[in-house]
Amino acid sequence: MTARGEVEYTGVRALHGPLAVVEGVSGVGWDEFVRIALADGGTRHGLVLEVDRDIAVVQVLEGTAGMDPAGLRVVFSGEPLRIPVGAGWLGRVCNGRGEPIDGGPPVFGSRRAPVSGDPVNPVRREPPSEPVLTGVGAVDGLTTLVRGQKLPVFSAAGLPHLELAAQIAAQATAGGEAFSVVFAGMGLTHPDAAFVRGALEERSAAGELVVLLNTADDPVIERVLTPRVALTVAEDLAFSGGRHVLVVMTDMTSYAEALREVSAARGEVPARRAYPGYLYSDLASLYERCGRIRGRPGSVTVLPVLTMPAGDITHPVPDLTGYITEGQIVLSGEAHARGIYPPVDPLASLSRLMRKGAGPGHTRADHLDVAAQLLAAIARAREVRELADLMGHAGLSAADRRYLDLDAAFLERFVDQRPDELRPLEDTLERAWEVLLTLPRGQLAMLPAALLDARLPGSPAPEAAPAEVPADPA
Amino acid sequence: MDTVSTRALPRVLRVAGPLVEVEYADGVAMHDLVALGEAGLTGEVVAIGGGVVTVQGYEYTGGLAPGDPARPQGHPLSARLGPDLLGGIFDGLLRPLDRAGDWLVPGSAGRAGADSGGLSRPFTPSVRVGETVTGGGLLGELATAGPVRVRVTAPPDGGGAVEWIAPEGTYPPDAVVARVAGTEVRPTTSWPVRRPRPARGRVDAHDALRTGQRVVDLLFPVARGGTVAVPGGFGTGKTMLLQQIAKWCDADVIVYVGCGERGNEMADVIDEFSRLTDPRTGGRLAERTVTIANTSNMPMMAREASVHMGATVAEYFRDMGYDVVLIADSTSRWAEALREFGSRTGALPAEEGYPAGLASEIAAFYERSGAVTTLGGRRGSITVIGAVSPPGGDLTEPVTAQTERFVRCLWSLDRELAYARHYPALSWAGSFSRDAARIGARHAAAGDPQWAGRRARIADLLAEADRLADLVDLIGVAALPARERISVLAGRLVREAVLQQSALSEHDAYCAAEKTAALVDAVLAVVDRCRELVDSGVPAEVVEDVDLSPLLRAREEVGPDDAAGVAAFRDAALSRLARVAERTA
Repeated sequence: MTARGEVEYTGVRALHGPLAVVEGVSGVGWDEFVRIALADGGTRHGLVLEVDRDIAVVQVLEGTAGMDPAGLRVVFSGEPLRIPVGAGWLGRVCNGRGEPIDGGPPVFGSRRAPVSGDPVNPVRREPPSEPVLTGVGAVDGLTTLVRGQKLPVFSAAGLPHLELAAQIAAQATAGGEAFSVVFAGMGLTHPDAAFVRGALEERSAAGELVVLLNTADDPVIERVLTPRVALTVAEDLAFSGGRHVLVVMTDMTSYAEALREVSAARGEVPARRAYPGYLYSDLASLYERCGRIRGRPGSVTVLPVLTMPAGDITHPVPDLTGYITEGQIVLSGEAHARGIYPPVDPLASLSRLMRKGAGPGHTRADHLDVAAQLLAAIARAREVRELADLMGHAGLSAADRRYLDLDAAFLERFVDQRPDELRPLEDTLERAWEVLLTLPRGQLAMLPAALLDARLPGSPAPEAAPAEVPADPA
Repeated sequence: MDTVSTRALPRVLRVAGPLVEVEYADGVAMHDLVALGEAGLTGEVVAIGGGVVTVQGYEYTGGLAPGDPARPQGHPLSARLGPDLLGGIFDGLLRPLDRAGDWLVPGSAGRAGADSGGLSRPFTPSVRVGETVTGGGLLGELATAGPVRVRVTAPPDGGGAVEWIAPEGTYPPDAVVARVAGTEVRPTTSWPVRRPRPARGRVDAHDALRTGQRVVDLLFPVARGGTVAVPGGFGTGKTMLLQQIAKWCDADVIVYVGCGERGNEMADVIDEFSRLTDPRTGGRLAERTVTIANTSNMPMMAREASVHMGATVAEYFRDMGYDVVLIADSTSRWAEALREFGSRTGALPAEEGYPAGLASEIAAFYERSGAVTTLGGRRGSITVIGAVSPPGGDLTEPVTAQTERFVRCLWSLDRELAYARHYPALSWAGSFSRDAARIGARHAAAGDPQWAGRRARIADLLAEADRLADLVDLIGVAALPARERISVLAGRLVREAVLQQSALSEHDAYCAAEKTAALVDAVLAVVDRCRELVDSGVPAEVVEDVDLSPLLRAREEVGPDDAAGVAAFRDAALSRLARVAERTA
C-alpha cells in the first residue's frame, strides 16, 4: 500500500472504552496508525479498527482515560504502523510500543518496516535443523530448541517461568554464530520487569539484547502491539542482519486478555470463554513469524511463555498455542514444591523438531538415544511410583526399586540447576548417562550395544535379553 | 479482465478487516471477484443489497480506504486447472508459490507474472477430425513428469463434432489443441470453485482405498469415493497420519490442502514429497500431488477459498477418470474463517459464535466426494479426508459434532494413546467406518473371504481387553481368572504387533494388505495357542512371562510387502510357547 501522507482531524464524536469515533474523515485506510494530540499537550497513539464512509473507529493504545473529545486533534499517518528497524535496537530498553525507557534517544533505523509483517512464503522456508543451546540441562537434553522453531513454556501462577525465560534469554547461544535476543514482556509487574532487566544486564551490555517492557499498569491495549514490535525488530536482525534471534514473549495469557478486552469493546461475537473467534489466527500471526528462509542467513526462534489459568491446559490460550507451536515445555507444580529448578515435567514436554536439530551432526552422536532412553525410564519410574503408592515399597521388585532411585537421581543430578548456571551440553549428557547407569544394563534396551560397551567395560550384553516391552497404553 | 474500465469505477465505502463494502455497479453478481484499491487486492462478492455490495477480502486490507476504486472482474472465483498443477505448490487462491518472493505481499502487484509460463508437454490426440465427442469426452492426452497423464476433454457443457485436433507434438499448457463444435479446447481450463463439476452419475463406492496404514485398512477402511473426518487434539499426530496417507495410499492423484496449519510443517511436507518415491510407480510422490499451502499466518479468508479450490482441482482429475484423495488439514481452521466473516457481517451467531449455516457448509464440502461415472464415461472418485481440531480436545464442539453427521468414516485420535507413544493414536473405541461391510463383501467377492472375519476377531479382542483394563486398574491383573489374563495379553499383542506403526521406519511406514493379514493371523495364532495352554492347566503367569518379542518385532523387521517373512516371527513365538508347554507338562 502506498502511504497517503498525514491528515489531521478534530471531529471526535464519541469515546467509549478504548475506542474513539472520528467523523468527517476522508481517505483514511483500515489499520492505519494514528497519533492523537490532547488539549494538555500529551500524545496518544492508535490504530484504525474500522472505517465506514467518513467515520473512522480508532483503538487508542494508551486508553481513553482523561480524554476530552472537544480538545482532540487526530492525525492519521496514511499507512499501517511502521517502525524503524536495524541494529540500533540492540542494547536498548523500550516500552511496549518501542519508545525508549532507558533514558536514551529514540531508536533510529535505516529502514522502516510494518509491524504486522507479511507472511513467509511456505515454499521459501528452510526446514529447521540446528540447535539453540540454552545452558538449561532439562531443555537442551530432552526438549532441544531448534533454530527457527516456536516452542512455548506452559506454566501456572506461582511457578518460576519468568526466571526460566530470563535464564534462557541470558544464556542461549547458536554455536558461536551471531546471536541476539529480543525480550518482550507483556503485563509484567514492576518487580518482575526490574528482575528481567537485572538478569539480562550482561547480555544487554554486550549489545545482543532488545528489551520491550509493557508493565501490568501500562495500557492494556498497548500489549496487543508489543509482540509485533518485537517480532518486526527480530525479523530484520535475522533476515537482513544475518543473526540468529531468539524472541522471548511473556506472558501470552496477558496478551490474549488484552485482545479479549479490545474485542469486547468492539462488540464482537465472542467464542470460547469470551475470547474472540480469531484468537487462533491472531496467535498464529505472531508465532508463525519464526523460521528460516532459503538463501538467507539467520533465523527467528520464538519462545512464548504463558501461564495456564488455574493450571488448565484446555484453556483457549494454551490449547490454541499448542495447535500452532512445535511442542511445549511444561512446568509442574509438583517438581516446584520439591524444590527442583527448573521444575520441568519431562513427560508432558516435547520438542517436535528435536529429531531434526539434535543428534549426530547437530549436537552429539548419542544425544537422541540417550534422551529417548531417559524418557522411557522416567515413564517407567513414574508408573513404579504409582504402584509403590498403592501397595507400598515392600511389594516392589528389586528392578522396580532401581527405577525409584533413577527418578530421584534424575531430578537431583539432571534437572536441578541454579538459575544462573550455564550448563554445557557435554555436562548435561554426561549427567544423563550418570542417571541412566543407576539402572542395570538389561534395562537400557533402547541404547545401542556399542555405546553401552564403551560406558560399561566388563559388562557384556546379557545373552538374548528380552526386549523391553513398552508400557501398556491402556 | 477489466470489464468496466470505461465507466466510473465503484468506490469502497467501508473497511473492517476482511469485510469491505463497495458501491453497487451494474452487472455485479453474487460470488463475482472484485479487485480492491490500487493494489488490486482480491475479494469476492458475498452479499448485494441497498446499493451496497459486500465483499469478502482474501488478503490483508491494511491501508484500504473509503473512496478507493473497486474493479468488479465480471467472473466468479475460479480455479485455473491444467497440467502445471501436478507437483506444484499454491496458495489458497491457487496462485503458484514457487514464483512468489520470500514474503507474500498482498495484492496482484506482488504476484506479477504468476499466471504466465508453464512447461510444454508431449500431446497425443485420441480422436480424429469429424468424430463426435460428448461433453467431457476424451480428445487426447498430455504426458507429465510423473505417472499421471493429463487427459484433455471436451468442455463439460459442450460436446459435438471435432473440427480440428492438434497433431502429435509438444504444446504449452494454454495452446489450443482441439476445436469441438466451434469451441477451442486447451489443456488449461478454468472452473468456478463453488460450483461442483458435473458428472454423468454417482455409482456405489465399495472398493477400499488402501492406505498402507494397518489400523485403517484393517479396522476402519474407507471406500474410494468415501469421506473421513479425523478429529484429534494437538499432539495426537493428526498431521502425521494425514501425511502418511498422502504418501502411501494407492490413489492416482493427491490434493493436499494445508489450511491454517504450521509453516515449518508445510516446508517439511514439500521437502519430503519431492524426495520420496512412490512405491507403486517408482516416480516421485510430488508428481502425483497438488499442494495448496495456506498456513495459519496467511490471510484467514483465503482459507475459506482454499478448501473449495482443493475440491475443484480434485474434480478436474476425477473427470479424467482418476481416483483422487482430497486431504484438508484442518477443516476447523476453515470453519473459523466462516465464523470470523459471519461475525463481521453481523450474521446471527449460533453455537459458539459459528454461523447458523455451518452444518450446510460442512455438508456441501464433504458432498464433493464420491465415486462417479464421468461425462466422458470413465470411472473416477474423490475421497475426502478432513482433519478436525477440536478446541481443548472437546469432541462435542460444533465443528466436530456437525462433521460426524456427514462422514462415512471417523478416525478419532486419542490423547491417551499419543501420550503413551502409541502411533497412529487412532482410538478403536471412538472411531467408525460405515464402509466396512461393503468393503468386506467386496473382499469376499475378490477371493478373500477371511477379511471380515479377521476384522471382527481383532475388534472383539480389543473390546474385551478394554473392558478388562478398567478392572485391572482397580484390582491388578493377578486377581483375574486365567482366561481373562490371556485376554489382557491378547489386547496388548494386537496393539503392539498390529495397530502400532512407525512412520519413521523404512519397513513399517507402509504396510501392504498381505503383510497386514499375515500379522493379524500371526497374533491370532499366538493368542489361540496361549488360550489352549491355560485351558490345559498351564498357569497364566507362566504364559505371560514367555518372551513374545519376535511377534512384536515382525512389523519392523520384515519388508512392507513381505507376508511370508512374518511367518518366521510367528513360528519363533509359537515355538517359545511350545517349550513352555513341554516344561510344564
